[in-house]
Amino acid sequence: MATRLEKTDVVTVGVGWTGGIIAAELTKAGYNVVGLERGEDRSTKDFQMIHDEYRYDIHHDLMQDVSKETITFRNNRDERALPMRRLGSFLPGSGVGGAGVHWNGQTWRFLPYDLQIKSMTDEKYGSGKLGDEYTYQDWGISYEELEPYFYQFELVAGISGEDNPKGAPRSNEYPTPPMKSTPILDKFKNATSNMGLNPIQMPSANLSENYENPDGQTIAQCQYCGFCERFGCEYGAKSSPNVTVIPTAQQTGKFDMKTHSEVVEVIQEGGKATGVRFVDTVSGEEFIQPADVVVLTSYVLNNTRLLLQSNIGQPYNPENGQGVVGKNYCYQILPGAAGFFEDQKFNTYMGAGSLGATVDDYNGDNFDHSDLDFIHGGSISITQTGRRPIGSNLTPSGTPSWGPEFKKQSLNYHNRTLSVVAQGASIPHRENFMDLDPTYKDFYGNSLLRLTYDFTEQDRKLHQHITEVCGEIMKEMGADIIEKNQMDDHYDIVPYQTTHNTGGVIMGADAETSAVNNYLQMWDSESLFVVGASAFVHNGGYNPTGTVGALAYRAAEGIQQYLEQGGGQLVKSKSKSKLT
Amino acid sequence: MADEEKHKTDESRRQFLKNSGYFAGGLVGGGILGSVIGWQVDEDTQNQTQGEQTDQGNQGGPNFNRALKFFKNQEEFQRLSAATERIFPEDDNGPGAIKLGVPYFIDHELAGEYGNNDRLYMNGPFHEGTPYQGFQSRLKRKQIFKEGLRVMEQEAQNSHDDSFVNLDQEQQDEILTKFQNDEVKLRGVKASDFFGMLRESTLAGAFADPLYGGNTNMEGWRMKEFPGSQMSYMDEIGSEEFVEMEPRALYDHLH
Ligand SMILES: Cc1cc2nc3c(=O)[nH]c(=O)nc-3n(C[C@H](O)[C@H](O)[C@H](O)COP(=O)(O)OP(=O)(O)OC[C@H]3O[C@@H](n4cnc5c(N)ncnc54)[C@H](O)[C@@H]3O)c2cc1C
Ligand code: SF4
Repeated sequence: MATRLEKTDVVTVGVGWTGGIIAAELTKAGYNVVGLERGEDRSTKDFQMIHDEYRYDIHHDLMQDVSKETITFRNNRDERALPMRRLGSFLPGSGVGGAGVHWNGQTWRFLPYDLQIKSMTDEKYGSGKLGDEYTYQDWGISYEELEPYFYQFELVAGISGEDNPKGAPRSNEYPTPPMKSTPILDKFKNATSNMGLNPIQMPSANLSENYENPDGQTIAQCQYCGFCERFGCEYGAKSSPNVTVIPTAQQTGKFDMKTHSEVVEVIQEGGKATGVRFVDTVSGEEFIQPADVVVLTSYVLNNTRLLLQSNIGQPYNPENGQGVVGKNYCYQILPGAAGFFEDQKFNTYMGAGSLGATVDDYNGDNFDHSDLDFIHGGSISITQTGRRPIGSNLTPSGTPSWGPEFKKQSLNYHNRTLSVVAQGASIPHRENFMDLDPTYKDFYGNSLLRLTYDFTEQDRKLHQHITEVCGEIMKEMGADIIEKNQMDDHYDIVPYQTTHNTGGVIMGADAETSAVNNYLQMWDSESLFVVGASAFVHNGGYNPTGTVGALAYRAAEGIQQYLEQGGGQLVKSKSKSKLT
Repeated sequence: MADEEKHKTDESRRQFLKNSGYFAGGLVGGGILGSVIGWQVDEDTQNQTQGEQTDQGNQGGPNFNRALKFFKNQEEFQRLSAATERIFPEDDNGPGAIKLGVPYFIDHELAGEYGNNDRLYMNGPFHEGTPYQGFQSRLKRKQIFKEGLRVMEQEAQNSHDDSFVNLDQEQQDEILTKFQNDEVKLRGVKASDFFGMLRESTLAGAFADPLYGGNTNMEGWRMKEFPGSQMSYMDEIGSEEFVEMEPRALYDHLH
């Protein structure tokens, strides 16, 4: 029998960026918040031995332990889904701070085009630009409405950046100036300027200077230490929930964070979420945490799985396109080109997670698609994140992958190779979705999430087009050998690509075609908010967290409004057939 | 290295303190305080770690790390050693897998978390998947290495009537290539999966922090001109020239 705990105002499932933001905002507003986090607590002092590539990068010490819980995967519905037995393609976080501890910190705002992708595409190119099998739609919120929340996240995280002529318009400057430029970045900036493009320094959560945020939390200056992506920052110089929103929530005295607490069910009574059931993973005891508002902040995968597991919302059915939970799973397409330089050596081992330069000339609808048979594009960047020796063994193609020639070439090119890579947008397709696996279970006996995903024609065309541009940039940069990225025949779960999974609990203006409204409140359960990139209707041409942060601040405001007005749907659904 | 390098280290530590604003008002939390104060380099031990580490320990006596905790007989271990050396051979650039301590690294890893698949999902049912679905064997890595090395010897005997360790380099490469291309059959796992693990752990042993027993004397890092774990590149990040540095290991963070 589960022990029933005292009721709280708000409970969050997971304490990463989104859980931390909800906790900080609601506790500041005077509400009691319980944060349930499956992993352990951790803070800057736990990162003294962090410069260990083998432990943290190769063996994912800070990330989800898939021996307890993973996903199953297949490329299409005709295949049998099999478990992802080892982490690979993406690296979900686990523990206080979530993936926000070991992210890079590249912090973007999605474009106005992203939020109104369907109406803007239709208006410019006619409604048949892509076939019906592509289920892209508007997000139910405009950029103007979302802009203040982007800024709120940037202020809290202290983002270092500069004006971007091709980016989303800004009413305010970045809180801190851009990071230092380097010869690697300058090479890219010069080449793209020569080509008539508009390079900028990448907006970064590795801060260019010491900073105090509006909540009084301090973030230190980045040391360009080169152990950033996949590592915690031993200096407290990378904005993470652990150095910003979590201490803010804790200082109110109203945040009760429970670690080693795995939520296994959202309890729904009378059409409303009334709490969650969780397991203390140390003692094995079960508890029920009642709450006025339940907030899923457990990342895309578990946000979707917990709804399916708890029978909340209508599961998506790819046969007829009906249902919403699990729909519009998207990822990130990675066009790019590598360049090998015979006579130049670069300080590739130095760097920071978001030390980079970018052009947005081929992102969104910044270029004309009239004569192209795909939509969208991607931001094109060079980054200098700190190249490490186990994971990086770069050789021109045709080189064997082991033996004398491999050794010679991989040593030679280790500091003589640069890459230009795009974060390509991912447009939803009817056949790309998530549901529950019929066979495989997690440690607690619950069904694993099943991912059905493959690249589409749209993805291939986008990839090809943007890869050509990356190749031209590399040529202008003067590389001796240029190798353009090839798209595999199918999406592969094994090699790391990005931890930019999106969709599953998408937002929108209509309860028929979306799961949450533009406050991320469930249409089917007014006391349940589902926060994260799970709300993305498609994935844009950038890393997601700037937009995730904005949506989390928006949701926090909605939750407060909901509590103040004593319940009810905050938005009226467009279609009349659904309850509002 | 000694004095010059130590001097540089102290400099960069002071520089870091300045840059981080630590003196300016305790911006940084206890973690940094602890680590900065904890990173006193003990001159004696520092010098000793720079010495030859392959077979000697810190006090000039034997390196007690050089013993086996997973493999039970020397033939298997020597077969493993020979195979890793073919993957990452000694050449003009520097030592190969054996001198870097890679076989000991692999032995030690197989005895622990890595060999036991502690962080892999191991629930059944097990089915062979498509190439896009990744590793699906029911075996632990330690079993896979045993099985792989068994078949490696069998292949050597079948095609050359001799032990793998006695074959010449071309013959050894030929057998390893068969594993890589799934031209031999292993029980419970694809030969290419075993080969992938062998390659992956050889490179890890060559380049992981020396605390794991490989990358002897940081020679792996030196070959890649990788300076290991430095505290800060604040002063070098803008440099037009390639900056060569004496590498540092995690050892320095504690001693
Ligand atoms: C290596 C890496 C680099 C990245 N770089 C960038 C970047 O440069 N820019 C960018 O925009 N994004 C980046 N990301 C993505 C970014 O980290 C995520 O978008 C962001 O952390 C998502 O925040 P979240 O709160 O939604 O989820 P998370 O940070 O994943 O937090 C979710 C939390 O919920 C917990 N949880 C899950 N299920 C349960 C449960 N059942 N019960 C209790 N707790 C649960 C998890 O343990 C976790 O702590 C990167 C990610 C990785 C892994
Ligand atoms: S690169 Fe900067 S932000 Fe990243 S871990 Fe190092 S010091 Fe911290």
